[in-house]
Amino acid sequence: MNWKRAALTTALVGGPVIALLAYGMTRDPREIPSPLPGHLAPVFTGAVFAPGNDDGLRLAVGDTVRLAEHRGRVVVVNFWASWCLACRTEHQALSTVARNYAPQGVKFFGMLYNDETPNGVNWIEQMGGQAYPALSDPGARTAIDYGLYGVPETFVVDQRGFVAKKFVGPVEAGEMSKLLDSLLLTTGAPNASTNAVAPVPKSLPSADTKR
Amino acid sequence: MTRILGLAAIWVALAMAVGGIVLSIVGLTRKKPALVQSAFQTIYVTFALLSLAVGAMIYALVTHDFSVGYVAQVGSRSTPTFYTVISLWGALEGSILFWGWVLAMYSAVVVWSNRHRPGGLVPWSGATLQLICLFFFILLVGPANPWHLVSPTPLDGPGPNPLLQNHILMGVHPPLLYLGYVGMSVPFSFAIGALLAGEIHSADWIVLTRRWTLSAWALLSMAIIAGMWWSYEVLGWGGYWAWDPVENASFMPWLTATAFLHSVMVQERRGMLKLWNVNLIVSTFLLTILGTFLTRSGIISSVHAFTTGTIGYYFLGFIAVCLVASLILVAGNSEGLRSEGHLDAAASRETVFLFNNLFLTGFTFVVVLGTLFPLVAEAFKGVKVTVGAPFFNKMTIPICVALLFLMGVGPALPWKVATQQQLKKMFVLPSVVTAVIIVLSLVFGMRDPYAIGAFAFAGFALTSNVREYVVGAMARVRAHGEVFPVALVRLVAANRRRYGGYLAHMGIIMVAAAITASSSFRYEREATLKPGQIMPIKGDLSVRLKQLWGRDEPQREVVGADVEILNGMNVIGMLDPRMNFYKSQDQPVPTPAVRSRPSGDVYINLMAYTPDGQSATLRVIVEPFVPWIWFGGLVVALGAMISSWPTSRREPKSVPYVTTRAVPVGVPEPAFGNAGISTATPSSLPPHTS
Repeated sequence: MNWKRAALTTALVGGPVIALLAYGMTRDPREIPSPLPGHLAPVFTGAVFAPGNDDGLRLAVGDTVRLAEHRGRVVVVNFWASWCLACRTEHQALSTVARNYAPQGVKFFGMLYNDETPNGVNWIEQMGGQAYPALSDPGARTAIDYGLYGVPETFVVDQRGFVAKKFVGPVEAGEMSKLLDSLLLTTGAPNASTNAVAPVPKSLPSADTKR
Repeated sequence: MTRILGLAAIWVALAMAVGGIVLSIVGLTRKKPALVQSAFQTIYVTFALLSLAVGAMIYALVTHDFSVGYVAQVGSRSTPTFYTVISLWGALEGSILFWGWVLAMYSAVVVWSNRHRPGGLVPWSGATLQLICLFFFILLVGPANPWHLVSPTPLDGPGPNPLLQNHILMGVHPPLLYLGYVGMSVPFSFAIGALLAGEIHSADWIVLTRRWTLSAWALLSMAIIAGMWWSYEVLGWGGYWAWDPVENASFMPWLTATAFLHSVMVQERRGMLKLWNVNLIVSTFLLTILGTFLTRSGIISSVHAFTTGTIGYYFLGFIAVCLVASLILVAGNSEGLRSEGHLDAAASRETVFLFNNLFLTGFTFVVVLGTLFPLVAEAFKGVKVTVGAPFFNKMTIPICVALLFLMGVGPALPWKVATQQQLKKMFVLPSVVTAVIIVLSLVFGMRDPYAIGAFAFAGFALTSNVREYVVGAMARVRAHGEVFPVALVRLVAANRRRYGGYLAHMGIIMVAAAITASSSFRYEREATLKPGQIMPIKGDLSVRLKQLWGRDEPQREVVGADVEILNGMNVIGMLDPRMNFYKSQDQPVPTPAVRSRPSGDVYINLMAYTPDGQSATLRVIVEPFVPWIWFGGLVVALGAMISSWPTSRREPKSVPYVTTRAVPVGVPEPAFGNAGISTATPSSLPPHTS
């Protein structure tokens, strides 16, 4: 038994392999990093094609929604499609949360992704209505601006117009409510730099923000 | 009750494993054979206990005992009994339980069949196997405990994952896979056992190891092919391999095991590559554990990955222990594993084996790299990447083509050195076949150099391997006056290992050629049809939608389309692609329908339909020669079975070759392999023996 060689080989071969795998345990492969959280939300304009059935949120069909006009409010943008199955899962939760937070001025918009608006209208009807208005996104321009990876993805924009959080996959009512509560709490202190949810943007956009 | 019984069985098995390991170590170091014998007993008892636990789990599943955690997770009263039983391996905990049972079974068989073998090899190997068992038992009482109590007891469960109860191959692929995958623990335990017992220099352990590796390899080969078939029949995309981490997990150890099965011959015959072979065995096992870690820990994203928990940390720890222990043992003993021989000539079988190993390990490296690269990239560059099929295809197709070429060269070349005359005799016919295939491919409009290369070298290798059979049988016909078929059977029977190997080659060639053909000539069309409408596919082939129908089954609702396949105006077949809606899931499970003929498949998937039954969207895929992939898998397994069949020592009268003087073909050389090749005077033998 040559212990020297054994130790050397083990250190040189075994060490790196184990280190790499151990490092892997600290990662989440499903997490899709987005540079957006902590940065200014890309502004968008979209035409309303489904009005929404909550009084506080309803808009007329054909109206134009501009994100820039909602500065000072918390805005939730949900990208969805009628062909998306996971969107069915979150539909109820989104409408409920939207209705609950409408009195506090939180705006919800559904952004139709890669779909025809009549399909979207049918879908909303099938699902038993939607509390908030749905917007069309011709040419998926907004989706591209937001670096959409798939649907559903949901972006929460805080009062300053910064993206506070990006949800990938179906949204849960509890998690969304908690986030909105914490954002609304900071309303009184717009300059608070210790905002836990939307950290002060760093100078470099990077994937590190979610680590 | 069942719950307590099953859990208790695992705990006692765990204690048995600990006891057995201690008994082995004490017995071996203090030289007390009685203790070693008791350690053997614990291995048998462990197997009995695991059988009890598996039996209890199946009983709980079948009787819908939802107080058992695992049953509550995968069981459902409406699931057919067959799928209820096989949901034993349908989710994490059950699959670990099944793994533990297979491992305990192998341990018991290994020890039982070698219990009279003198020396420390078997006891040390047994202890190694028990150590691996121990790890799985710890999982079963810890993070993968299938027996935890569910209270209050639910009335019904969600049933297995719909994809896992949608096809009969779910009952075939996983057990084969576990048998093959877990089987790779046995060669590993022999290697570790031989190292610990100081018997690594003996020729004995490598023979034992080779036989076990071959059996596990055959099962793993079948499992991989069955997995391809399953994904082809179930997933609805008309493909069978996607380089998903789970697929790679099964493929990596297969590659290293294949390399070992070839290089071990060089060790047996020439005393070379000893260290290399130990490394291959150890790597094969470590790759099985790595593959399991990757898919169970969730560190690599994969469509097949099980839900994650703390189990990843256990696997990480286990990999670390196995890797460090193996490296210390192998590196520490590496000086004793020097080669006894050296290469004599470039044109010899050893050289081909060397290249074969080079390519197979290169192949393994590419697959490991591609699978782990997302991790490496994130660790060093902080970027998220995914490595997909284009990388793997680009990197591995040339290696596959090269391996096909070697498959044709290897069997034809003699050991040590080939004369020019021999080379000429062996390669004229295969080379002609190759040339003809290349010309034909070009004439028929093929332009992809790799596809042409794959066909050409497949033809080359096939001719070369078939030629070995024909020449061998013809020699018997001449020498004994036997009829050709009889001569063929006796030739194989007398020299199973060699001709079994060639048969396995033919199976691989079939698989390779069929994969090339089906991917090169794949053709697909999609259209929305009303009942009665016809969609032309290709040439005279078209399909007609007859009707849409719906049906309620206890565990699911089925929507199907009756589709006629037409050749010109004649109906030549009927297919019913469906969508199954399982009650536990809102996503429909597409169930393609396939019409298989040796010339190829017509594969129809129901993509969408209108609820009123007025139209259906169908995707029709025509894939030539696909069934040959599955058939090739069977041929590989048959070849491996012939090869690994224990050779009994025969009476001298069965010596087949009166004409060969040096070493009669078919008479096994004691302890070494019986490839039927004379090491003494190769050039003096007739061509079929060299």
